[in-house]
Amino acid sequence: MDFSHWAPINWHTVFFLLFSIVACVFGVAVVLSSNIVRMALYLIVSLGAIAGLFFLAGADFVGSMQLLIYVGGTLVLLVFGVMLTAQGPFVSMKTGGGDWILAFLLSGCLLAILVPAGFSVRAWQNRPAAADAAEGHSSHGRAPAQLVSATDPHATKAPAKTEDAVDREVVQRNTAARIGMGLLGVRVDKLESPPSKLTGGMVGYLLPFEIVSVHLLVVLIGAAYLARTKKRAGGIGSGGVG
Amino acid sequence: MALALSQYLPIWLAYLIAALVHAALLINVIAGGALVFIWMERKIAGRIQDRLGPTRVGGKFGWLQTLADGLKLISKEDLMPNGADGMLFRMAPYISFCASFCAYLALPFADGWVALDLNVGVFFILAVLGLEVFGVILAGYASASKWSLFGSMREAAQVVSYEVPLGLCVVVPVMIAGTMNLVEIGEIQSGLFINWLIFHDPFTFITFWVFFTCAMASVNRAPFDLAEAESELVAGFHTEYSGLRWSYFFMAEYGSMFAVSGLAAILFFGGWNGPLPITHWLGLTAANGPVAEYIGNFLGMLNFIIKCVAWVTFMMWARWTLPRLRIDQVMRVCLKYCTPIACAMFLGAVFWTYLLPGGIGLRARPYAEYERAPQDSGPTGPTEPVVPVARAAGESVAVKAPVAIKALPSRAPAAAAARKEG
Repeated sequence: MDFSHWAPINWHTVFFLLFSIVACVFGVAVVLSSNIVRMALYLIVSLGAIAGLFFLAGADFVGSMQLLIYVGGTLVLLVFGVMLTAQGPFVSMKTGGGDWILAFLLSGCLLAILVPAGFSVRAWQNRPAAADAAEGHSSHGRAPAQLVSATDPHATKAPAKTEDAVDREVVQRNTAARIGMGLLGVRVDKLESPPSKLTGGMVGYLLPFEIVSVHLLVVLIGAAYLARTKKRAGGIGSGGVG
Repeated sequence: MALALSQYLPIWLAYLIAALVHAALLINVIAGGALVFIWMERKIAGRIQDRLGPTRVGGKFGWLQTLADGLKLISKEDLMPNGADGMLFRMAPYISFCASFCAYLALPFADGWVALDLNVGVFFILAVLGLEVFGVILAGYASASKWSLFGSMREAAQVVSYEVPLGLCVVVPVMIAGTMNLVEIGEIQSGLFINWLIFHDPFTFITFWVFFTCAMASVNRAPFDLAEAESELVAGFHTEYSGLRWSYFFMAEYGSMFAVSGLAAILFFGGWNGPLPITHWLGLTAANGPVAEYIGNFLGMLNFIIKCVAWVTFMMWARWTLPRLRIDQVMRVCLKYCTPIACAMFLGAVFWTYLLPGGIGLRARPYAEYERAPQDSGPTGPTEPVVPVARAAGESVAVKAPVAIKALPSRAPAAAAARKEG
């Protein structure tokens, strides 16, 4: 059977359009809905589609993080909070007219900033169509090279001629290792800069990482401390769980 | 598979067919698994309670019982309470099922037999399995029934709490393997069964049991099945469900039971590697051509499925043996026992692995093989990406990169780098 006369489909583009349309449509649905739990459901779909976009761009670590933290953690807590505090069976929210105007102004300003910023990024412009097609087809389930380099400003500066195909694949696929090395103080993406700049680039994010991790530990212990059952002196049923 | 097909078809069609085949195979794993596990559950429950279980349908052991159950469920009336939020009520079972199904996308069944060879496979599976709770919460909320609401509130509190120790336990094998890729974690445990990570050191041994306890809690199995607690809450979150929608919840439950068992098998029990490396002795490896590799992988898949079914059976055994915990006991088990034990085991495993280089019990592990293997299948350790990139930038950088890593003692990459040099 000869398939050569069929029009080729670039699955990358198809899924990009699919995920972005789903994210936008359900984002609007969150705003237009008045039932909090339905809003949460729409927000889940929207955030899940954004996670899909991350996976599509080859950032599988960030995509998984998006699923784990926003979809699995934050929204479950949100709905949990709604269920704990709800008075009636279904909670609905009405937005006043002033709030609508304020929200439109704010989001309009944000859009006005983001759209020109997005169009002014050098790496996202003037893509030759042939290179797009070739790279879009080169690897299934992985990001085409231009998307990864677009998300990573340092990679675009690096001369492509020093990399052979294997090295590029290694750099693209192992995002978790790169992020981990960056947090440990080694900026893998800056190793290609000249040695004089190296000391600056090698600093990485060790100090912020340590600060954040100690902070989170304190939060964890503090939450457990605050949530414990207070023991009353002398009571027979005192203590309980705590 | 897509690459093999692309020799005969245009590449976009090859991708489409490969994706459809993978999805169809995985759906069949869940559906077929549920078919077998429901029958098994009834049989095991019967035996534990000193009765026979199903015996009539389909011959001697009643092995067609699930099919009869399924027909009954399809023919049931699809009810919805008057006050229910219709859309959420109808969506909830599918959300549960989709979350359970998505976990299979990153679950390898044999060496390289995985639909989506993700670099962060462990992490993805945990993230996606955590979404299953959302279906339960929506079901409980949308049913407009107090039983359902109580059930789903318990479920939400329980699952969100148990994600913490579960994540801490998963970190231990990930740290020892130096990768989050499930295929590579399975691969480093090849050889004799003493290479399995559960036998790596005493800390991983304890970690496994904490992991399995938390996994049972996170998939809502007894003694942690408070969300459905039929003695107190009628049927918990699925009180108002009937027919096929109800059965989707159970497909999702059995699906995620199998998925967490698979995760346990890969992280701690060598995945598709049997207790004895029989496929290697018989020469069923990639070195002897694709047919031998395929047979070897098929045997590996059988190995993996046997391990998964064994752990699912263990869960059923626990369900029909142990009494249900109270909600405060569930929380206490999580926060006062599982989490501290998991933290301590993590620290212990760190010290064992990186302060005892080549120490007790590590002799049998094929380190040399593990370091060499990434050359053909991609990077393994955290230090790997440094080396190829540094090669491009010249000699001075290549020397400096390991030095920079070494400046951080007791960190995983430092020890890996040190092991590589020495």
